[in-house]
Amino acid sequence: MNLPGLYIHIPFCKTKCPYCHFYSTTDITSVDVVIASIVREMELYAGEFDTFDTIYIGGGTPSLLTVQQLDVILSGVHKHFLVPPDAEITIEVNPADGDLAWYRSLKDLGVNRLHLGVQSFSDQALTFLGRRHRADDAFAALDNTVRAGFDNFGLDLIYGIPGQDLQSWRKSLACAVSLSPPHLSAYQLAIEEDTPLCHSYRRGSFDIPDEDASLSFFLETSAYLERSGYHHYEVSNYAASTSRKSRHNQKYWDHTPYLGIGPGAHSFKEGKRWWNHRSIEGYLKDLALETTPVAGDETLSREELRLETLFMSLRTAAGIDLAAFRLKFGEDLPKERHAIIQSLVDRGFIVVNDERISPTTRGLAVADQLALIF
Amino acid sequence: MSNMDYIRNFSIIAHIDHGKSTLADRLIQHTGGCDARNFQDQILDNMDIERERGITIKSQAISLPYTARDGNTYNLNLIDTPGHVDFSYEVSRSLASCEGVLLLIDAAQGVQAQTLANLYLAMEHDLEIIPVINKIDLPSADVERVIEQIDSELGLDTDTHLKCSAKEGTGIEDILEAIVQRIPPPTGTPEAPLSALIFDAQYDSFRGTVIHCRIMDGVVQSGDIIRFMYGGATYKVEEVGHFLLSRQKRERLSAGEVGYIIAGVKTISDVRTGDTITLENRPCDKPLPGFKEVKPVVFASIYPIASDDYEDLAVALEKYKLNDASFVYEKDASVALGQGFRCGFLGLLHLDIVQERLEREYDQSLILSVPSVRFRLTLKDDTVLYVDNPSHYPPQMDIAKGEEPYIRAAMMMPERYLGAVMKLCQEKRGMNSSLSYPGPGRAELIYEMPLSEVIYDFYDRFKSVSQGYGSFDYELIDFRDSNLVLVDILVNGEKVDALSQIVHRDRARACGLQACERLKEEIPKQMFKIALQAAIGGEIIARTTISAFRKDVTAKCYGGDISRKRKLLEKQKKGKKRMKMIGNVSIPQSAFLAVLKSDTD
Ligand code: SF4
Repeated sequence: MNLPGLYIHIPFCKTKCPYCHFYSTTDITSVDVVIASIVREMELYAGEFDTFDTIYIGGGTPSLLTVQQLDVILSGVHKHFLVPPDAEITIEVNPADGDLAWYRSLKDLGVNRLHLGVQSFSDQALTFLGRRHRADDAFAALDNTVRAGFDNFGLDLIYGIPGQDLQSWRKSLACAVSLSPPHLSAYQLAIEEDTPLCHSYRRGSFDIPDEDASLSFFLETSAYLERSGYHHYEVSNYAASTSRKSRHNQKYWDHTPYLGIGPGAHSFKEGKRWWNHRSIEGYLKDLALETTPVAGDETLSREELRLETLFMSLRTAAGIDLAAFRLKFGEDLPKERHAIIQSLVDRGFIVVNDERISPTTRGLAVADQLALIF
Repeated sequence: MSNMDYIRNFSIIAHIDHGKSTLADRLIQHTGGCDARNFQDQILDNMDIERERGITIKSQAISLPYTARDGNTYNLNLIDTPGHVDFSYEVSRSLASCEGVLLLIDAAQGVQAQTLANLYLAMEHDLEIIPVINKIDLPSADVERVIEQIDSELGLDTDTHLKCSAKEGTGIEDILEAIVQRIPPPTGTPEAPLSALIFDAQYDSFRGTVIHCRIMDGVVQSGDIIRFMYGGATYKVEEVGHFLLSRQKRERLSAGEVGYIIAGVKTISDVRTGDTITLENRPCDKPLPGFKEVKPVVFASIYPIASDDYEDLAVALEKYKLNDASFVYEKDASVALGQGFRCGFLGLLHLDIVQERLEREYDQSLILSVPSVRFRLTLKDDTVLYVDNPSHYPPQMDIAKGEEPYIRAAMMMPERYLGAVMKLCQEKRGMNSSLSYPGPGRAELIYEMPLSEVIYDFYDRFKSVSQGYGSFDYELIDFRDSNLVLVDILVNGEKVDALSQIVHRDRARACGLQACERLKEEIPKQMFKIALQAAIGGEIIARTTISAFRKDVTAKCYGGDISRKRKLLEKQKKGKKRMKMIGNVSIPQSAFLAVLKSDTD
C-alpha cells in the first residue's frame, strides 16, 4: 500500500472568483486562528496517521499566507508526522501573489512543487473568470518559479470560456508549452450549482460549448499536448514525464488513504470517508473543544467502493488494474463482461490487455458513463 | 304496498353534466330517504370516481317512499343509469325495467347528442317521457330556447315540460307529483310464472353477488330455486328485498317491483345484465327480449411498472372484476414489459375508469399499451381471425382481407363549428355523412367512421374544435374493409413488441414517426448512437436517431469531489436499473408511457 497523503486547506481568498465552488472566504481576520487550529487538528490525528509522502497545501489561496504563517503549518506537519526526505510537497500559488523572495523562502521551507493558477494567458478570459491577475503576472510568476529553483511545477488552464474558440485555445496551449512546465492541468470550465457564474448562465448571459464542441476542445488539447511531449495521464492532467505526475492527486484516484486538514477538507482511510465543517466557525468551535471538526462521514459499502474504483480508474490513462480489481471485488471483468468490453473496444472507447482496461482519449471524454457500464 | 297501482318505476336520462346525479340526490332527500348527514355519508361517498367525473358506470336503484297530493303513499323506484355511450346496453336494460323517464335538459346547454340518443332509447321502450329543464337558476339559462328545442328537436309536446334547479332544490315537488300522475304503474301478473329482468349486479364481500332486477311477472321469495335463462345456472334464493338507503329484506318480490335477489352467486360474472330470471320448477315460456352478450370493443394490455408487482396486479384485477362484469382480461406477456394482462373494455371511458380505479383504489402503478380495436382478418386459406393484440397479428402475406369495426357517430354542435368538425371527421376517415338542422343555428352531423380513429384521439379533438359545445354519441355498425398493417418500432434494430400497433396504412407513417420522436425525447443518450425506426415488415417507414455521449466527464475529481460524484452516478445507475434492456439499449419506463399515451396529452 502506498503511503498516505496530507491535504491542507487554506480557506481564504482575496476575492471570490464567480465560477468557484471551493470553500473559501474573503474575510481574512481569522487567518492566524485558523492556522493555529490547523496545527491543532494535525495533532489530533497524530495517532491515526504517522507518515505522509505527499503534502498538498491548497485552497482557497495559500499564496496569501506569509512565509511565517506557512512555516507554522509546515513545522506542525513535521512535528506531528514523519515526512520522508523525498516527499512531494506542493503548494498552490496565485500568480498575483508573492515576489521572488517569497518564492525562494518556499524553497527553504521544503516546498518542492508549485501549482500555479494561471488559468489563461488571455486578459479577456481572465477578466471573465474574475481572476485577480493578468497574463503578465502569470509570466512573472513562472519566471519567479524558475528563478527560485523549482524544477517541479504545474500550471492550471481553463478552456471552454465564452468567446474562446479552438484557435485561441490553441494559442493559450502554445503559450503554456513554450514555458515548458513539467505538469499541466487543463480543465473545462464547469458551471457549478450556486455560484454567481451559474446564476448568470441561467439568466442566459452567455453560452458554453455544447457536447460536440466540448469534445473538440478536449481532443485538441490532448492531441496538442501529446505532440508537445506531454503524457495525458488523467482526464484533465498532463505530465512531461512519469516522475512529474502529481503524486498527491493520484492518491485520490486509487483509494490510497489521505488526511484532509482545514475547513471543508475530505479524508479517506480504509473504506471510510469523512469531511470537515465547511465553515470557519464550525471548524474553530470543534477544535476549541479538542474534537476533530468532522461534519460527516460515510463508510463505503463494497458496491460503493467498486463504483468509485471504476469511475476513478477510468479517469486515468492507466485505467482499471484487473488483478487488483479481481482481488478487491472478486470479479474477473474481461471474463464476466466480455461482450460489453468487446463492443467498447470496437467502438474505440477502451483498449484491453491482460493487465488493464484502459480508456482511449475518446474513452476519457466519457469516463463517467464508461464506469456505469461495468 | 304490493299493489302495483302504488309503484312507479322510472329513470333519469340526460346528456353528461346536465345534472342527473344532483337531481337524483334531491329526489332522495325530498322523499325523506335519509337525513342530510347520512345522505352525504351513504350516497356520495361510495361513488367518488363517478361523482368526480359526473358519470355513473353502475346502475343504482333506490326506492323512494312518497306521499302524493292525493294522500296515497307511492313507492317510486329510481333506477339511475350509466351516463355514457360506452354503457348504452346497460342503459337500455335499465330502461326496460321502467315505465317512464325524466329527460333532463340543461337550461343553458340545451339539447345535446346524448339527450337525443337517450330519448330514442326511451322511445324504443315505449316509456312515458317527462322533459325536465334543469339549472334554471344559471345566469346563462335560456329556458325559452330549450322549450323551443323540446318541440323542434325532440318532437315532444312542450306543455309536458317541468322546470327545476336541482342545485337549489326548486321544482322537486312538481317532479315527484308528475312521476305519480304521468308515469303509468307497472303491469304484470303476479300469478304468472316468474320472469325478472336483471339490470345490474353488485358484489358484496359478505353476501356474494347481489342481483338487481325488475320483476315483470310472478313472485320470487327466499327458498325458491331460480334459473338464469341465458346463463343456464340455477341457484337457491337466500334473500330478496328492496333498495332503500341500504338493502331492506322483504318477504317476497312481486310483479312490478324493483329489488334485489341474493342467491349464493359467487361472482358477478355469472350474472349477465339483460338475462331473465325464472323459477326452475315453473319457468316462463320465453326469456324477456333484448338480451345481448356484452362484448368489449377496446383492448389494451396492462403491465405493472415494476415487474415484481405482477402478483399484486393479478390480485387487484381479480378484485376489481368482482364488481365489473363487462371488464374482461387474460394473461399477456411482452418481451419488453414482462408479464401483464390483455384487457377488454366497453370503450375508452371504461378503460379510463378501470385504470383509474386500479391506480387509486388498488394502489397499482401501471403501464397501459396503446388501445386497439378488434380487427377481423381473413387469411388466404379462408380462416377468419379476430385480432386485437398486435403481437398476434399474422404475417402480412398470409392476410387476404383486413376489416375493422365502424361506428355511426352522431354529433350535435352550433352551426359555426360545422366546418371544423367535418374536417376532423374526414381526417379520421369519416364517410357517408349526413347533415341536418334540428333547430336554428344547430347542426346534427352523422358520419360513419372507423372505431379505431375514434378511440385514438377523436373525442378530445372533437371537443377542442367545437370549443366544448359539441356533443357526441356513437353506435357500432359493422366491419368494413380496411388496408391494415402492423407497425413495429425498432430500437437499434430490435423490435419492441409492446410498442407495435395495428393501423390503417394511411396512418402508419405518422404513427410510426410520432412513436420514434417520443422515444427520442425519453431515451437517454448512451455510449453509441441509437437508431429508432418504425417499420412495416421489412420496410422502414420512419426513423430518427439519438446521438451518443460525446463528452460528459467532469473536469475535476479530487478529494472533495468524490462522494458527490459517486452519489450522482449511483442515481444514474439506479435509474438505469429500472430501465428495460432492449438489445443493448436501456429504455426508461417513461419512454413507453410517452409513446403509449394518446395524442393530446
Ligand atoms: S482563487 Fe481559487 S479558491 Fe479562491 S475563489 Fe478563485 S478559484 Fe476559488
